[in-house]
Amino acid sequence: MTDKQKLFNSGILTEERPGAVSPPRDLWENKKNGLVIIECPQRIPCNPCHTSCPTGAVVPFDDINDQPQIDYSKCTGCARCVAVCPGLACFVVDLTWGDESRALMKLPYEMLPSPEEGRQVDCLNREGNVVAKGTIVRVTEPMHDKTKVVQVEVPKDLVMDIRAIKVV
Amino acid sequence: MRETDVMVIGGGPAGLSAAAEAASFGCDVTLVESDLALGGQLIKQTHKFFGSKDERAGTRGFKISELLLEELSGYGNVKTYTNCTATGYYPEDGVVTCVRAEDEYFKIKPKKIVMATGAQERLIPFPNNHLPGVYGAGAVQTLMNVYGVKPGDKVLMVGAGNIGLIVSYQLIQAGVQVAGIVEAMDKVGGYWVHAAKVRRLGVPIYLRHTIVEAIGEQYVTGAVIQEIDERFQPQGERKSLDVDIICMAVGLSPTCELLWQAGCEMVFVPELCGYVAQRDRNMRTSHKDIWVAGDAAGIEEASSAMVEGRIAGVSTARALGRGTHE
Amino acid sequence: MKLIEEHPILDFKHGKRVTFSFDGRQLEGYEGEPIAAALHANGVKVYRETPVRKQPRGFFCAIGKCSSCFMVVDGVPNVRTCITPLKEGMHVETQRGKGVIPAITDKGKR
Repeated sequence: MTDKQKLFNSGILTEERPGAVSPPRDLWENKKNGLVIIECPQRIPCNPCHTSCPTGAVVPFDDINDQPQIDYSKCTGCARCVAVCPGLACFVVDLTWGDESRALMKLPYEMLPSPEEGRQVDCLNREGNVVAKGTIVRVTEPMHDKTKVVQVEVPKDLVMDIRAIKVV
Repeated sequence: MRETDVMVIGGGPAGLSAAAEAASFGCDVTLVESDLALGGQLIKQTHKFFGSKDERAGTRGFKISELLLEELSGYGNVKTYTNCTATGYYPEDGVVTCVRAEDEYFKIKPKKIVMATGAQERLIPFPNNHLPGVYGAGAVQTLMNVYGVKPGDKVLMVGAGNIGLIVSYQLIQAGVQVAGIVEAMDKVGGYWVHAAKVRRLGVPIYLRHTIVEAIGEQYVTGAVIQEIDERFQPQGERKSLDVDIICMAVGLSPTCELLWQAGCEMVFVPELCGYVAQRDRNMRTSHKDIWVAGDAAGIEEASSAMVEGRIAGVSTARALGRGTHE
Repeated sequence: MKLIEEHPILDFKHGKRVTFSFDGRQLEGYEGEPIAAALHANGVKVYRETPVRKQPRGFFCAIGKCSSCFMVVDGVPNVRTCITPLKEGMHVETQRGKGVIPAITDKGKR
């Protein structure tokens, strides 16, 4: 088994796969409020990303086991799916945020300490390594169910690596 | 002796669903639950459920339990007993004996029974697996998510099925460090997204590894893990981990003693994790008065347990001639 | 006690705080919660000693099925402490071996 396969088998996305979707770069660059990335590379019986999407950007499932597909022309970066997804597999990235070198990520968060606006956080990659410092810009709780959506300013070149934060 | 139309044994997702459904058709329902609270494993689940809206996808397990209990409280014809274990079924007269707490015995004579007794945790053999600190994953969840007790400071999780992965995440939420997860197979058995959730928080998952020893005199002070080969034999370097809890998430077995005792036809189904009662599509066993639902009918998960409970509840009501809502 | 003070999802509602004894020591716990959970919160992990090999046993299944957490409670052995609610003034003791079942008096009370 290759090292990539081993990593994937332990829950780390290593390359593009069905169900692991990211926006087309040309559309993404200038999309204010951002677009969603979904990392759901396994067929599982689950569809809240589709049923909760207010604009129909997560296209209808033929079968509940289907993996999500996105119509990026409809995604508004609202992050409702970020708050709803039971697998915490949705992330919104706004590349128009801040200056050239920064971007804004909207990440799900269900841990302590509580995230507070203005606070510095560790940005973690898919293996939990600290890859950068970020700053919390805004914290919302869209479903009022204790899953928070934390908006974090991060280095733009790391948006495909950062997948979680640690409030320190 | 209490007489009842439908006796439900077990107050977890399957039992509560069966009770609610049978009660909705006007059946007099008696439910017994051995735990101190109703809700079964649901009350320990802080994660959101998968599935669709019909299975309450996106709702946390303990909230689903609250919804079921609210539904049940709407019926005046349901009597529930907690801290009450069904200890025996007597085929000659159909009586079920129960014990409340440790010393209050009584009998129930039901017309129909739904066995929703759930499952029991498995253990695997390794030296010192008897030591306090080696706990079932469900037990760890009970301590931290029901009673708010920190089970320990640092945990080794054994098994990367959904339970192992979810409980690891819950441990981190409770402020407990997870030193790692060992998994005998070459990939996680649970949902990939559950694995990704704990990986990105820095928890290593050791595939093709197992626990080979627990360390400690009176209780666990460490664990030793090792890689295993294709025949599941340990090989290579032993790695010591400084942990005070070894959490076992190596599978469940259906709790089926009462079904055996009642003389239900039993079959061994590896996919359902052990002996289970032969049943029809309405969850009725080979015994005309006994139904089965949830993990007792074969290990699946809470969402399917709730569907099976509903089916069993409707079916018992029908068998009592109360099959349609007025 | 080793309690979770703050949790990102759950709010714990404990009952009345009560005192009980464990092998002569006075400990505190919450009324109605399992004896085993109260002991664990007090850092007590060993609940009994096996009859033959004298090995320690403690919490394991938490659903009243495995016999690991048997203790002597108010003089009665083999009590499943994981599903027996704590009460004020309870006498909880480590069970050594099989335990001795107390005699029943004329009144049917122990």
